[in-house]
Amino acid sequence: MQEFDAIVVGAGPAGSSAALAMARAGLQVALIERGEYPGAKNVSGAALYAPGLLAALLPNYWEDAPLERYLTRRVITFLGKEAAVALDFRTQHFSRPPYNGFTLLRPKFDRWLASKAEEAGALLITSTVVDDLLYKDEQVVGVRCRREDGDLCAPIVIAADGANSFLAKKAGLQHEFRADEMTLGVKEVLRLDAHTIEERFNLNGDEGMSNEYVGYASGEVKGGGFLYTNRDTLSIGVVVQIASLAQNKVRAYDLLDQFKQHPAVAPLVRDSTTLEYSAHMISEGGWAMLPTLSRAGLMVVGDAAGFVFAAGLFLEGMNFAIASGLAAAAAAQQAHADHDFSARSMVRYRKLLESSFVLKDLKNFRHTPSFVNNERLQNVYPDLLCDTLENIYCSNGKPRRKIGRVAIDTLRGKVPLLTLLRDGWQAGRALLF
Amino acid sequence: MQPIEERLELVRFKVDKTPHIRLNRDKCIGCDTTACVYVCPAGLFELLGGEMHFSYEHCLECGTCYVACDRKAIEWEYPRGGWGVSFRAS
Repeated sequence: MQEFDAIVVGAGPAGSSAALAMARAGLQVALIERGEYPGAKNVSGAALYAPGLLAALLPNYWEDAPLERYLTRRVITFLGKEAAVALDFRTQHFSRPPYNGFTLLRPKFDRWLASKAEEAGALLITSTVVDDLLYKDEQVVGVRCRREDGDLCAPIVIAADGANSFLAKKAGLQHEFRADEMTLGVKEVLRLDAHTIEERFNLNGDEGMSNEYVGYASGEVKGGGFLYTNRDTLSIGVVVQIASLAQNKVRAYDLLDQFKQHPAVAPLVRDSTTLEYSAHMISEGGWAMLPTLSRAGLMVVGDAAGFVFAAGLFLEGMNFAIASGLAAAAAAQQAHADHDFSARSMVRYRKLLESSFVLKDLKNFRHTPSFVNNERLQNVYPDLLCDTLENIYCSNGKPRRKIGRVAIDTLRGKVPLLTLLRDGWQAGRALLF
Repeated sequence: MQPIEERLELVRFKVDKTPHIRLNRDKCIGCDTTACVYVCPAGLFELLGGEMHFSYEHCLECGTCYVACDRKAIEWEYPRGGWGVSFRAS
């Protein structure tokens, strides 16, 4: 049976970052991926925030990595049925290294990042499913791959096996998911030439835009939409709560169609051709559904640990994946230095996360997931916001009233004052203070 | 609305002979939510003559069906390594 210092299951951003860091530190690392190539099974929006995180290991990697566009324009749009209100922000401060975020395409990016782990000395094993963990007493000591003689041993296993998190569940660290704590993302990549993208989205050169949509983007279903600019493609999708999808008896791909046909979205995707359709499950419960992050010989990173920061204005995951992968790698190095792979030694991983943005952000914004899923935030307020502006702008030959009056009249009868105040308080607690 | 089949034609699948999804139809009897029919992003579940039918060949491997099924009738595992869906452009 083959022995490694560490085995990483899953060559996404979390797994490959962990493998890269451990290989650089001189550990013998196996990086196991079930796809034909890293990224074959992976779907994100995809926007990578805090790109500087990787630069510690790969200085100036943005010069040769397969990144699409750096984000200088961030938009959040509230969609009514036939109207839209947007907050459109742009800054040149995000246009210089280490940048603030990049759009990317996972099959290209994940493949590239895994190749960096390989260059550092990690052994990448593709087309291989890990079905189970191997134990000695209470200690995880390896993995069982679905192939002949498929047992691989290592004193440390890092589960970077994605949103389904099968290994963490098998190890008793994560519970079986409920339909109200998981979301489904469906996405299309649309071909559109680079020049048209730059003209249409007001971008200079390699600049990019991310647009998050709240409200009618997902019809009556709890969720939202997104539209990102890549080099010569657009990524467009909707992200919807699974329970809400089932209750409303609608299909996510029909919602995506509806979203693409919305009068505020259709002109943005006009004349594009669909290259690919994809889907992925996302754990958006945040702090509330955080699993136990380790046990003797095992650490859980990235999506497998539910490290997704879905907080309305923010929709981030890959930066959390990379940071958690690097933290696990650091804990693994220390464990090897101490020859201590006990549960207590592995807790160092959580300690590292607690002092980083990973657990700090999830904890500080712990009230946000339930606020974002608020029925009224989803289906009432975006319409009211649109209606209010429509009434303010409405020019019909009658005397105008002052804005406050118009707003109060628009709200009247739609949402009781007390509910409005309570939602305001919730919004504050979720995002402001 | 664009039919789901047209969308799936854009996706590359390497279909294994052995299904990676198993349906325990006994548990489906009397199910009126039929969540799987609506939540599957590939539209792989279909209620025909009162019996649930499904295909695994064009599965996008998200796992949504088994999470949504409140009767735990769906046994779901990853396809064999290297088989199943391979995203290229996403």
